[in-house]
Amino acid sequence: MTRSRASGSLAFGAALVALVACFVSLEVWRDRVYGEPKPGDAVLYVRSGAAVRRMSLSFAPFVSDIYWVRAVQYYGATKLSNSPAKSYDLLYPLLDITTSVDPRFNIAYRFGAIFLAEGYPGGAGRPDLAVKLLQKGFRANPGKWQYLQDTGFVYYWWLGDYKKAAYWFDRAAAVEGAPWWLKSLAAVTLAQGGDRRSSRALWESLRETADNAWLRNNAAFRLQQLDALDAIDQLTAAVKTYEARTGARPASWAALVRARLLRGVPLDPTGTPFTLDPATGAVGLAPESRLNPLPTGQQAGPPAFPPAPAR
Amino acid sequence: MTAGRIGAVAVSVFRESVRDRVFYNLLLFAVVLVGASVLVGQMTAGQDIKIIKDLGLAATSLFGLFVAVFIGVGLVWKELERRSVYSLLAKPLRRTELVLGKYLGLALTLAVNVAVMAAVLYLVLAWMWWTSPENLRAAWEAPALDPALLVAFLLIYFQLLLVTAVALFFSTFSSPMLSAALTFGLYVIGHFNADLKHFESIVESKPIVWMLRGLYYLLPNLAPFDVAGEVVHGQAVAGGYVLMTIGYASVYIAFLLAAGAHIFARRDFK
Repeated sequence: MTRSRASGSLAFGAALVALVACFVSLEVWRDRVYGEPKPGDAVLYVRSGAAVRRMSLSFAPFVSDIYWVRAVQYYGATKLSNSPAKSYDLLYPLLDITTSVDPRFNIAYRFGAIFLAEGYPGGAGRPDLAVKLLQKGFRANPGKWQYLQDTGFVYYWWLGDYKKAAYWFDRAAAVEGAPWWLKSLAAVTLAQGGDRRSSRALWESLRETADNAWLRNNAAFRLQQLDALDAIDQLTAAVKTYEARTGARPASWAALVRARLLRGVPLDPTGTPFTLDPATGAVGLAPESRLNPLPTGQQAGPPAFPPAPAR
Repeated sequence: MTAGRIGAVAVSVFRESVRDRVFYNLLLFAVVLVGASVLVGQMTAGQDIKIIKDLGLAATSLFGLFVAVFIGVGLVWKELERRSVYSLLAKPLRRTELVLGKYLGLALTLAVNVAVMAAVLYLVLAWMWWTSPENLRAAWEAPALDPALLVAFLLIYFQLLLVTAVALFFSTFSSPMLSAALTFGLYVIGHFNADLKHFESIVESKPIVWMLRGLYYLLPNLAPFDVAGEVVHGQAVAGGYVLMTIGYASVYIAFLLAAGAHIFARRDFK
């Protein structure tokens, strides 16, 4: 009796496994024949942060986390998308809801502003919305001088408005507990706005003071871009020296190496070789370099980074 | 009324909870939390500690709410449905003692539930702390093993005790379905109480404004029990605030239990 019951259970279990195998196989087959179903476009049914906050009841912090994860995933997926018509339309509403449901969500303001300000297609290309988000953050957390500092950064780096940048650094400096150097940063920005040296000072200050690895990495990335700009200036000077000596444009980096103007094929700070256009003599980043696109409007300062030779 | 008889009923309710596999929700909680701790690091741009804390507190509150409501509304009703209430009341046990014992039994079940969930959350956080490099830890708004989390758990527990008292109160005179609906309704309203107090900006009629303000004070106010937002961001919750909130819950629970026991004592079971 017991044995027959055990064998019956075994047969039933095997039948269940067989059924699972069947429906999985059918799905695999259908996907192969008719193609895999495409994921739906991102949709935001409720756009009011206040409404979402009210509907969250006791679970507001957790609901804000869900919207934050959605914002990060949405930004990442859009950034990686190869679609020529890709759009970051939902990014600000997602960040707005995240910060309305949990107004103390520090990183949502600071990362969110970076996602929004970053130039299209790498980011939303909406520095105006980045400023709006940071202002909202400061209204909700009046002691957070970092939001005013970040506002200054957006004006400096993405909008090229050095006067406004200096104003926001100055306002950040006035907040209790803000570091002393923000005051001098405001003065330097006003005096040398657009100068690559002052940009370097800005990003170095952020790299040293950021309380988050992601913000530090972002500052380090911007510093690498500035290093690349310095290197391009030096390489352009070397190309001009070659032209002056030989009366012809170099066909490749090898020509400059042979002329002892370079020690090897120059690499950008990420280790990707710089490109040289033999027709125009223009030096630039390789299309595959992670540093693309380089910021515009950054005037050269004194050389700070000798291009690394190839090993 | 003796503590011994109330205690005996409470212990039997707790044992019944164990028999009914109520604590299976702890297993689900642990699986959700451990699974999330592995996944969130990949998806949240460095906010994994905050999110695990939020998730742990939200799940404790949600699972506790389901236990409080669905078991709370059945505590008295089950005895009536099985007709075991007749044999119970034939013993030297007052109806008030039965109601109080039932309540305390479920309070004990919830205490074990919340305590184990807190322990599981701390274990997961300890593991995340241990596997995180020093520079990452320095960026956290609050320490991973922040003792302040216990304040959030304590207030969640008292919120659940209050919801249980509401569920038990309704179950003394209505069906489980209606009791559950009414309890959930009060739970939702309990988070919107502040609106009732400030209706003068919308309504001109003074009597209506005063009536709504009266409702603000009469209905259970559950929003003050939510301190997860403060605790997770490393902001201090004043000891006086916690004590007053616990005091409010205790007095409200006493009122509900007294009213529920009174109604149950006057019920005719024929």
